[in-house]
Amino acid sequence: MDFRRTMLGRRLAWAVLAGATLLAGAALPAQAWEPTKQVTFIIPAGTGGGADQMARFIQGVVGKHNLMKQPIVVINKAGGAGAEGFLEVKKSKGDAHQIIITLSNLFTTPMATGVPFNWKEMTPVAMLALDQFVLWVNSDTPYKTAKDYIEAVKAGADKQFKMGGTGSKQEDQIITVALESVTGGKKFTYVPFAGGGAVAVQLVGKHVDSTVNNPIEAVAQWRAGGLRPLCIFDDKRSSYTTKVTDTMAWSDIPTCKESGVDVDYQMLRGIFMPAGVTKEQVAFYVDLFKKVRETPDWKEFMEKGAFNNTFMTGDEYAKWVEAAEKRHYELMKSAGFLAAGR
Amino acid sequence: MREQEDASDEPSLVSNRVLEIVVALLLLGISAIIIYDSVRLGIGWAEGEGPRAGYFPFYIAVVLATASISILLKAVMGKGDGLSDSFVSRSAIGRVITVLVPAIIYVGAVQFIGLYTASAAFIFFFMIFVGGESVLRAIGVALGVPIFFFVMFEKWFLVPLPKGPIEAMLGF
Amino acid sequence: MEEIASLMQGFSIALTPYNLALMFVGIVLGVVIGVLPGLGGANGVAILLPLTFSMPPTSAIIMLSCIYWGALFGGAITSILFNIPGEPWSVATTFDGHPMARQGRADEALTAAFTSSFVGAFVAVVVITFLAPVIARFALQFGPAEFFSVFFLTFASFVGMGRGSASKTLAAMALGFALAAVGMDGVTGQLRMTFGYDELLGGFDFLIAVIGLFGIGEILSSMEDGLKFQGSEAKLRLTVVLTTWKKLLAYWVTSIRSCIIGCWMGITPGGATPASFMSYGLAKRMSPRGANFGKGEMEGVVAPETAAHAAGTSALLPMLTLGIPGSPTAAVLLGGLLIWGLQPGPLLFVEQKEFVWGLIASMYLGNIVGLIVVLTCVPMFAAILRIPFSIIAPVILVICAIGAYTVNNNMFDVWMMLVFGVVGYVFNKLRYPLAPLVLAIVLGDKAEEAFRQSMLLSQGNLSIFWANPLVATIMSLGLAMLIWPLASALKARFGHARSATAA
Repeated sequence: MDFRRTMLGRRLAWAVLAGATLLAGAALPAQAWEPTKQVTFIIPAGTGGGADQMARFIQGVVGKHNLMKQPIVVINKAGGAGAEGFLEVKKSKGDAHQIIITLSNLFTTPMATGVPFNWKEMTPVAMLALDQFVLWVNSDTPYKTAKDYIEAVKAGADKQFKMGGTGSKQEDQIITVALESVTGGKKFTYVPFAGGGAVAVQLVGKHVDSTVNNPIEAVAQWRAGGLRPLCIFDDKRSSYTTKVTDTMAWSDIPTCKESGVDVDYQMLRGIFMPAGVTKEQVAFYVDLFKKVRETPDWKEFMEKGAFNNTFMTGDEYAKWVEAAEKRHYELMKSAGFLAAGR
Repeated sequence: MREQEDASDEPSLVSNRVLEIVVALLLLGISAIIIYDSVRLGIGWAEGEGPRAGYFPFYIAVVLATASISILLKAVMGKGDGLSDSFVSRSAIGRVITVLVPAIIYVGAVQFIGLYTASAAFIFFFMIFVGGESVLRAIGVALGVPIFFFVMFEKWFLVPLPKGPIEAMLGF
Repeated sequence: MEEIASLMQGFSIALTPYNLALMFVGIVLGVVIGVLPGLGGANGVAILLPLTFSMPPTSAIIMLSCIYWGALFGGAITSILFNIPGEPWSVATTFDGHPMARQGRADEALTAAFTSSFVGAFVAVVVITFLAPVIARFALQFGPAEFFSVFFLTFASFVGMGRGSASKTLAAMALGFALAAVGMDGVTGQLRMTFGYDELLGGFDFLIAVIGLFGIGEILSSMEDGLKFQGSEAKLRLTVVLTTWKKLLAYWVTSIRSCIIGCWMGITPGGATPASFMSYGLAKRMSPRGANFGKGEMEGVVAPETAAHAAGTSALLPMLTLGIPGSPTAAVLLGGLLIWGLQPGPLLFVEQKEFVWGLIASMYLGNIVGLIVVLTCVPMFAAILRIPFSIIAPVILVICAIGAYTVNNNMFDVWMMLVFGVVGYVFNKLRYPLAPLVLAIVLGDKAEEAFRQSMLLSQGNLSIFWANPLVATIMSLGLAMLIWPLASALKARFGHARSATAA
């Protein structure tokens, strides 16, 4: 189920535009265009979540290393599972002083709610990283591997096992539904909470049986011995080998596929701009984020959250997003999460 | 504790009874809208999802409707509780309107000329025509306050507020 | 006592002239942020965050947390002076604080509020210092059912608070719940009551409702009374702090009760907002002066302020040990910790001893510095009310508009603020109580979410609310609170009927 390699549906117009952007970015000096006033950085999610943390971190890094003359202002527009933020960008056509960080709600929100927006109404700038998902259980439970846990779910009553997650009909619930393909017809009871940190605490407090928290949301509880990671929803193990706990590093967590659970899913942490901006303007931000990624702070941040540190821009990025959208459509469709008429 | 000097001897515009009825009917209308939308979303139990999205609002709307019917009945049939007293006198509502209408114009203007310019104009006109302050004083406050907020929000806290052509002319 | 040794070491870290200066800067900035409804603590923290990279982490977090203290103090100022609560937990402060200001006792109300905040926060810091590891574990017991029971208790202790008729109280509360339900439903992800309007996606923010209902409504009411803001004859008394302190001593029972409620709600983590409402409700019921509540009773300022600050302070504990932020400001602080490479979590107290104890020491010092700063400014704040209404009214309206706009950077919200203003004016005149309406807007969606999460977990079995001693106790307390006014109302009616027949 790896959708990064399925390059379906190539849109020529995008390719040409994005290719030109790349060329322009390479050929012209970086000073070709730069912001003339403060840049608004929209987060289509609430304060304290993964996207919020990353955006505020970027704001801090840009300030700390003086990467831009104008300041960045971070604004949360979380209403309607982020629809508010995306609609704002859609509305601000041609405004080069606005960028937005995305998570999976770029795809899931319009599909699940029918709110009219699509990533094609924005200009893709860069993929900063892919966020991982890990299957967690409370460390007091007897499950040592993903296989143990799935067997227990199979053996239990339908809906006996409770999966805690962030939001409804978004990435956590999509993964939960995907997991149900290997549980022999037994379903999870999916319980949505407002934020990832709260989800991890609910698992430590044994109010739910498992979660699919992002690494950064659960790492503190893992280190303190409250949680146990079972498997990572990626096709290969994490590349971070520094020990996180006394005995384990991120790279010691087996992939779910290794454990016999053939599900993989990563979440886009990427940047978009409003439509109708010039290629010089896009190039400025591509360059800015390249600089951000070169800082030691960024590397540390990536390692702490066990991010898949993939960087993409232009054509490649647009194609990735296109494929990801297709995959989300299929996942949402098979889960029955699509809004009427979608 | 409010001064009631004008309540008794000035002509009443509308009685409490009428307004009670209007508000109760409005609340009843709101509960009807909520019930309509809740039924669309489902008010029962969804397998695996728990109570449906309309479950909670539906019962809230039922409570609202019951309460507003009770208020309505009391207003129509009741006697006491100052129902026949004046809700507002003509001169009092006049004063309320002298602040409400400029406020509406002000909010409308923010969309076109930006918050700072609109605020300056609003403060200026309010002070002169409603407050009867001297022109000099009005100019001082009308310029000082928006400039203070501009520095505070745009420069210091980097909170972007709506800006219009004048700010654009100055390069913001 | 290991804690005392650690704390002393913490003081030695925090008590440098450099750190004290940073505290001062943080407090002043925090007060400014708390006063202007357009700025949240999140703004201040976020803006200062880049500046703090050049400092050692302990100094940086001291300054940032002082913004937090300052904002907590500052929130009371606009609530008391203009009836505009800048933060959800300041709403209950307006109930008696603003009437006091209207009576020309703004300085007393402010002193009472600041002092109570300080007492609440201070007690909470002491609790954090000595009980941190124990209570941190306690928070883990809070699942959806426990959260719902806390919200239930809050509503239950507040029912019957309004002076209006029962049906008007119910109608106001139901309207609040309905407004809170607008937008996306967090459990199913469906859109509710938006009817295709993008503006309604985010629902109604409490701040917009409160700025309109209280702030604009107040201006309209003042206009009706003539061009006058009551309380403009505010006296300026330099000894007010001392005389008010003397009066405050009489309310020690309320203070202790509010501290307990606040600490408990902060740690669990139910939050400062339910704490303030619950504390106000209980104080009204239990105080011999309960009948005066809402008319400018100082005890009605003491109760919510003490509880809100005890809760706001003790809420930092779950943030540090569990990584759950209790408020948006705390969330940004959390982000700050991450940037400095400090991972909030159970191990923070073990691995980052110097940092944690420096922070705890700065809580003591920050609150003391904060109290001194705000108390010296009381006459200045009170003097604001002496500005003529014809100047202050348009300025307040502009501030309200800015505040409403900045919530979601949306003009629609500013229009909604005006609508709420008219609603507030009309409701006030028809004696619909505003407090239950606001309480329902603030907590309605959280209560609903917790209820439905519980129902999911139990598959529809209501027994989940009596499943363990903790949740059963809270629910029973709530039920008792509900029955209390009903019983006394019945008793009153019965007694009344008897006397009527006798006559």
